[in-house]
Amino acid sequence: MSTIAERSRRKRATFARGVHPAEHKQLSAEAPVDVLPTPPEVRIALQQHLGAPCKAAVKAKAEVAIGDVVGEADAFVSAPVHASIDGTVVRPATTTLPNGRHVACIPIRAAETQTLAGRALWDDVYGGGWPQDGLDQYEAEAIAAAARSAGLVGMGGAAFPTHVKFAQNPEKPIDTLLVNGCECEPYLTADYRLMLEAPKAIVTGALLARRAVGASDVLIGIEDNKPQAVETLQQAAEGTDVRLEVFKTKYPQGGEKQLLWAALGREVPGGGLPLDVGVVVVNVATAAALARAVLRGKPMTHRIVSVSGAGVQQPKNLLVPIGVSYGELIDYCGGLRPDAARVVAGGPMMGFTLGNLDVPVTKGTSGITVLTQAEVQRRAETTCVRCGRCVDTCPMRLVPTRLALAARANNVGLARRYHAAACMECGCCAYVCPAGLPLVQLIRLAKVMVQ
Amino acid sequence: MSQSKPPEPAEPNASPAILDAVRVAPSPHLSDVLTTRRMMVDVIIALVPAIAVAVWIFRWYAVVQVGLCVLVCLATEAAFCLMRRKPTSVGDYSAVVTGLILGLSLPWSAPWYIAVIGSVAAIGLGKAVFGGLGCNLFNPAMVGRAFVMLSFARELGASAYVDAQSKLEILTQATPLSLAKQFAAQLAEGKVDAELVRAQLQSAESIWNLLAGWVNGSLGETSAVALLIGGLYLCCRRVAAWQIPVGIFAAVLLFAELGYWTNVTLLNSLHHMAAGSLLFGAFFIATDPVSSPLTGMGRFIFGLGIGLAVVVIRLFSGYPEGFMFAVLLMNATVPLINRWTIPRPFGGPLPQRG
Repeated sequence: MSTIAERSRRKRATFARGVHPAEHKQLSAEAPVDVLPTPPEVRIALQQHLGAPCKAAVKAKAEVAIGDVVGEADAFVSAPVHASIDGTVVRPATTTLPNGRHVACIPIRAAETQTLAGRALWDDVYGGGWPQDGLDQYEAEAIAAAARSAGLVGMGGAAFPTHVKFAQNPEKPIDTLLVNGCECEPYLTADYRLMLEAPKAIVTGALLARRAVGASDVLIGIEDNKPQAVETLQQAAEGTDVRLEVFKTKYPQGGEKQLLWAALGREVPGGGLPLDVGVVVVNVATAAALARAVLRGKPMTHRIVSVSGAGVQQPKNLLVPIGVSYGELIDYCGGLRPDAARVVAGGPMMGFTLGNLDVPVTKGTSGITVLTQAEVQRRAETTCVRCGRCVDTCPMRLVPTRLALAARANNVGLARRYHAAACMECGCCAYVCPAGLPLVQLIRLAKVMVQ
Repeated sequence: MSQSKPPEPAEPNASPAILDAVRVAPSPHLSDVLTTRRMMVDVIIALVPAIAVAVWIFRWYAVVQVGLCVLVCLATEAAFCLMRRKPTSVGDYSAVVTGLILGLSLPWSAPWYIAVIGSVAAIGLGKAVFGGLGCNLFNPAMVGRAFVMLSFARELGASAYVDAQSKLEILTQATPLSLAKQFAAQLAEGKVDAELVRAQLQSAESIWNLLAGWVNGSLGETSAVALLIGGLYLCCRRVAAWQIPVGIFAAVLLFAELGYWTNVTLLNSLHHMAAGSLLFGAFFIATDPVSSPLTGMGRFIFGLGIGLAVVVIRLFSGYPEGFMFAVLLMNATVPLINRWTIPRPFGGPLPQRG
């Protein structure tokens, strides 16, 4: 049982360095999740996860229902994809993902009538009861198998196949399952609304995930700018041994290495994973999807996406089917404002910009942020004066200005000496640089150089 | 289970016209408000108390000296930009800062040509030949100062600060450090009694005078309080890295106190801190970001080195004050310090690929 009163007297745990961008969460934080009306077409990308792409499992003109497998995954590090609407399969095509990759996809044209829509869809995905007892009947292997057949991947953005995370490795036992509810990027509120509106699903999912990895402790991490969510989760976790830990709001508190340090004081070894220190981290949305997969046998077909930013007419949080285009979501929110300057898939610190709104939502899409001209106005680039602000804010303790120099000078030795590969591209360095240097872009080049 | 019709197929991607104006760019898409120019403005603001005290004590000499340095620095920077055929960088205010610091480090009595030659050397030799802002190895103001110090030793030596016929009483006294050095030399020759000398020094340069600035010296170095105010402002604004002054003070306190107890110097460490250009240098000169190390540990080592060098020069060399040389010395070691203090990444270095 968590004791929030006790925790508020202690100093809030946090990690070293990082930045404090303005949060802007109030734009969409109070908007309850709206169910998007079924779109006329969805495109299910056959690669929306880390690992091997899926193979098409349906042919053109086939009739599919919500939840049918449309892409099969043979490899271990892969996850199947399912139809998210009732309809007819159109001939397989290619589509562009937010990160710019062209992948094969299965377009489905919506049927005239849908079996699930509106509030009924919400109830099917997140509503109803989520028991916290009697979960012992599910064995670890069964939970992992359910995760795999449901096509579960990390919904925090990385889209790593969840069942691979659950694979037990006798050499690396897990003692803690950490659930990531931090959502540290400005503007994004998808996880926040899920924590407010379906907290029991998260708790059930967390308990199931703990069984799957064989851990003894389960901990939900959240930032202190979400006090309401802290309360709902605390109530939902009543009667279980799920702990809640509240951290100081700072970017990037939601990065799993920083989260691990703040929560448990453990440092993930360079190039390693949380399982190297006995922890598995899952996002709150993934936990809720796991509960649905195990208890109701339903696959991953829908997710909450927050559409926010000063450049969109009405910021909203939407429950959307996988594969709907970004343009549909923005139109449902009233369209772009005249001063919209950049549409970002994800949050403004690490998200990809889009030049074309015809991009499908994938399992890892947590939000769309539309920024205005005033916000993205970049100051002119001047010379580095070695002020050291990038060094002072880098959460990975690197020297970004030197890495940028190595990239510009094509100096592989220098890049290696300053540990280019350890960069997680969080954007803190470029955010604070007074000279306006494109540090993250240059460090990406340096990372390629040292491979 | 309810049933509903999907909406009519709408035009794809409403408002495509706006997308034409949308730029695609790499993350991050937000940035903090601080610019390099704002950092320079902060330094200028922090120098205001010291400038005010200089004008109050040295009157017209301060205005002429500092004003001349700033103007010539700006002119030199513009001229070099023209010669290098680059857009003028005068707008980033770094030449103004160099001019202010150079001007405040000169004695009141230096003739006009010293200010001019010093400024040209500072910007030309200290900055432009290296490639401009951000590329210089040495502190430009100190390069200019060292250039004129060595070229015009008489005009910038200890005796230049004293004018026995001056109407301003302050200008008839020797600077605190040169006074201490004279007494130390006399003590070594056995001409005076140690206790007597100490008593004289304590009264001549009481710590209050040093704090308020009612002593002779270079234009900006006199008032410890004014410099502390400005220096703390800079550290709080994170424009000056705090590790550098902390390292300098730690080294000076340690080694000056050592010198005091072994009778090498007649001033205790507190006097050493407040006298001379230590405070001015620690907050405004040594903290020049371009010529100081990148990492916290590196900066601390840099500060320690400067502190030690300052004490050694003050105690053992012919010069009463040695901040300028100490800074230039440690500037030369900065690339090595940077290399030695590469921080360990969070989680340790990645394993080498085979």
